[in-house]
Amino acid sequence: MDKLKSFTSSSLFLPIVALAVLLIFNGIFVEGFFDIQITEDGRLFGRVIDILTRSSSLVILSLGMTLVIATSGIDISVGAVVAISAAVVCTLIGGRGDGAAETPMALAMLASVGIGILCGIWNGILVAKFKIQAVVATLILMTAGRGIAQLLTEGQIVTVYYKPFASIAGVIPGMPLPTNVFIALAMVLLVVFVMKKTSIGLFIQSVGINPTAAKYVGINVTLVLFLVYAFSGFCAGVTGLIESSLIKAADANNAGLNMEMDAILAVALGGTLLSGGKFYLGGSVIGAVTIQTLTTTLYALGVSADQLPVVKAIAVIAICLIQSKKARDLFDKWKSGRSAKAVTADAKAVNKA
Amino acid sequence: MAAALLEMRHIDKVFPGVKALSNVDFTLHAGEIHSLMGENGAGKSTLVKVLTGVYPKDGGTIHLNGKEIYPKTPKEAQEEGISTVYQEVNLCPNLTVAENIFIGREPRRFGFIDWKEVNRRSIELLKKLDVDIDVSKTLDNYPVAIQQMVAIARAVDVDAKILILDEPTSSLNEVETERLFRIVRQLQKQGMGIIFISHFLEQIYELCDHITILRNGELVGSYEVAKLPRLELIAKMVGKNLNDVKDMDKMAEKSVPSDEVFIETNHAASTGQIKDVSLQIHKGEVIGLAGLLGSGRTETAEMMFGLKEVTGGSLKINGKEEKLSNPMAAMKEKIAFCPEDRKLSGIIGDLTVRENIILALQAMDGMFTHIPYSKQVELADKFIDKLRIKVSDRDQLIKNLSGGNQQKVIIARWLATQPRFLILDEPTRGIDVGTKTEIQKMAVELAKNEGMSVAFISSEMDEMVRTCSKLVVMRDRKKVAELTGDQISSEGVMEAIAGGEK
Repeated sequence: MDKLKSFTSSSLFLPIVALAVLLIFNGIFVEGFFDIQITEDGRLFGRVIDILTRSSSLVILSLGMTLVIATSGIDISVGAVVAISAAVVCTLIGGRGDGAAETPMALAMLASVGIGILCGIWNGILVAKFKIQAVVATLILMTAGRGIAQLLTEGQIVTVYYKPFASIAGVIPGMPLPTNVFIALAMVLLVVFVMKKTSIGLFIQSVGINPTAAKYVGINVTLVLFLVYAFSGFCAGVTGLIESSLIKAADANNAGLNMEMDAILAVALGGTLLSGGKFYLGGSVIGAVTIQTLTTTLYALGVSADQLPVVKAIAVIAICLIQSKKARDLFDKWKSGRSAKAVTADAKAVNKA
Repeated sequence: MAAALLEMRHIDKVFPGVKALSNVDFTLHAGEIHSLMGENGAGKSTLVKVLTGVYPKDGGTIHLNGKEIYPKTPKEAQEEGISTVYQEVNLCPNLTVAENIFIGREPRRFGFIDWKEVNRRSIELLKKLDVDIDVSKTLDNYPVAIQQMVAIARAVDVDAKILILDEPTSSLNEVETERLFRIVRQLQKQGMGIIFISHFLEQIYELCDHITILRNGELVGSYEVAKLPRLELIAKMVGKNLNDVKDMDKMAEKSVPSDEVFIETNHAASTGQIKDVSLQIHKGEVIGLAGLLGSGRTETAEMMFGLKEVTGGSLKINGKEEKLSNPMAAMKEKIAFCPEDRKLSGIIGDLTVRENIILALQAMDGMFTHIPYSKQVELADKFIDKLRIKVSDRDQLIKNLSGGNQQKVIIARWLATQPRFLILDEPTRGIDVGTKTEIQKMAVELAKNEGMSVAFISSEMDEMVRTCSKLVVMRDRKKVAELTGDQISSEGVMEAIAGGEK
C-alpha cells in the first residue's frame, strides 16, 4: 500500500498513466497492436517496435530540451539544427550514383554532430553571455537554420546512395532492433550517468529555480547555461543523422520540421515545468514515446495526415488537462473525500455492532 | 494654520497574520513638505498605498479638502489629485518622453491622438520644471535623474494637490538631488502638499518642514523638523527612550580579536555604490556594519564577497592585495556570505534542505564532481543537529520551512565550506526572538572558539551592540565612524549616524 501511494504521488505517475491509457486504447481498438513477430534473421517486428523506433529521434531531442527548460530557458532551434546536421552529413558523403562515399562515413557523421554542437554553442553564447531571452536567441537559428541547410545542399534534396549510411536508422544485420533505438538508449544512459556522477543536474536545477541565489553560492551560471544549450545542439546533431538516414537524403525544408514543438511538448508531458527548476528525464522520455504512440494510433485508426494535427491537438489538450495542477488538486480532494466517507462508514458499522 | 489639505484618521490595515497599520493618523497641509519616517516594515509604504488606492483600508477615514474620499485604485486616487512618483522609475524606457507623460490620457482630436499637442504640452510642462530636452526622443536616452523629472512632470500635470515622492533620491547624485529639491520647493510654493519618503536624514533636514514617525505600524508622533534633533528622531524610529539606551547594552562576553588581520580595505570605493570605506577585520573578531538602509553597509559586504567591483582604493586579504571578481574568487579565500534577502538570493526554494546545505561546498568542489550521497546526509544531519534546525526530515523542501529555519540552513550552507570569514547580512530579520538570540550567540561563539572573523550587519542596534567587538558606522556610502570597547552603545551609533550632532 505504501509503495502504491509513493508511486501515485511520484512525478512519473501521470506521464505513465497517460501512456498506459493510450496503449490500452490501442490494445482494444487496434487489432494485433501488441503482437511482436521475430523474422528469420532475428529481427523484431510489430507496432510497438515501430513506435519505439520512430520515437527515438524525439527521445534524443527531448533529453537536450529537458535540460534547457530546467534552466528556465527554451531551445526552439533544434528542428532547424536537425536540418543543418542532415545537410552536412549528406553533402559530405555525397549523392554519387555509383554508391561510393566522397568522405568516409565516420568523418561525415562526426562533422554533422560537430556542427550540431557548434549551433548549440552559438545559442549558448547568445543566452548565457549576451543574456538574450532564450526564445529570441534560438529563434534566430530557427529561422536562419533552414537557409543554412539550403546553402549546404545548394537548394537540392541530396540523396545518398552509399549503402552503409542507411544503417544508422536501419537494422544492422544480426541485430534485433534498428540502430537508432540503440543510439537513443545510449544517449539516455549517458545523460543519466552524467546526472548521477556529477553535480551538473543540481546546478541546472539551482539556476532554474533561483539564478540569483545560484550566483551567490558561487555557481557559474553562465557556464551552466552555455553547457545546456551546447548539449541541446549535440542532441539535435545526432537526431539529424538519424532523420537523414531514415530517408537516405537531406531535405533542408522538411528535415526535423516542427520537431522542436514536439520536443517541448514531450518535456511538458513528462512533468517538467516550463518555468524551470526540477526536471524529470524519465518523464520526458515517456512523453516522447507518448507523442509517437498517439501519432501511430491515429494513423492506425485511419486519420489522414491532413487531419492528424487537429486530432493530435485534442488529445494533447486532454493529456495536459489531466496533468494540470488543478486536476491534481481535484483528484486529491476526491481521494480525501472518499477516504473520509470510508471512515464514517466504518464508524457507523462499528456503532451498529 | 489653515485647514488641512489631507487628513487621514485612525487608519487600520491588516494583512494575513500582521497588523500593518493600527490607528494611524496623518495630516498634511497645503504648501508643506512632510516626511514620513520609520524603519523597514514600520508601515510607511503601506500608509502610502492605502492613500493611493493600491490597498483597501480596513478602518479609518481619509479626508481631502474636507471631503471624504475612498480611493479604490491608483487611478481613482489620481483623479482626486493624489499623484505618486515611486522609488523605481516606473515609466516605459522605449516610449518617447512625451508619450510617457501623456500615456493613458492623450489629448485627442477627431478621435485620434493629437501628437502636436502632446509634444507641445510636454515641452511646456518640463520647462516649468526647468528641464529642457527633446521630448520626441525615447526615455532611455536620458539619465535616471531626467527620467525622475519626467515622472514628476507626469505626476504634477494631472492637476495634483498632493505629490508623494517615495525614495526619489536613491538613484540620484548630489547635483541631481539639488535640482530635484529646487523643483520640489517650487511646487511647494504653488501650494501643493508633498509627502517625501527617504532614508537620507540630511536630505530630510534640508528639505522638510514636518516629520511623522511610524514604528511597527503605529504612529509614534508628528513633529516640526526644527524642533526635533536628529538623535531624538533616530531614538524614536528605533523605539528607545534616550535615557534607556545606555542600560540596554550590558553585554555578554564578547570575542576578543587576535592581532592578525584577515581582511582589510583601504579607501575602497565602488562606482555608484560605495564612496570610501577603510576597515580592518581581525581573526576572531565580530565586526558590526551599522548605518541606516542605503548607507552602503550591504554594498560593503557585497564588495568583500566579489559581488561588487572595487573601483578605487584596495582590498587586502591576509596582507595580500586581491581582486575578487566573483563570489567563487571570494569563496576560494574562505569568505562566506549570507545575503540580506533570504528569499531572493539565499534559498533555492524547490530544493531540499540537504541540497541547500551542500550547495556551496559542491560549487567549490566543481561541477564535474559529486559529493557522495552518504557524505551529504552526514553533513546535512550534522548541521541540522548543531544549529537545531527544525525540519521534518532532511529531504524536506526548504521553501516549506519557517524564515528562521531557512536562515539557519543558509548559515549551515556556509559553515559547511569551513570559512575563515563569515558575513551575515541582516541574519535576524523577520525571525522570532528565540532564533534571533541563537544566531547572535552563534556569531560570537564562532569567533571565540574557532577564530573565525564575522561581519554582522543589522538594522537592530541592540543586537549589534550586544554581539560586536567593533562597530563601523556608515552614512551616505562612506564610513563615518569606528567604535570599539566602551564606545559601543546604541547612543554612540545613533550619534554617529546623525552626524555627530547632539
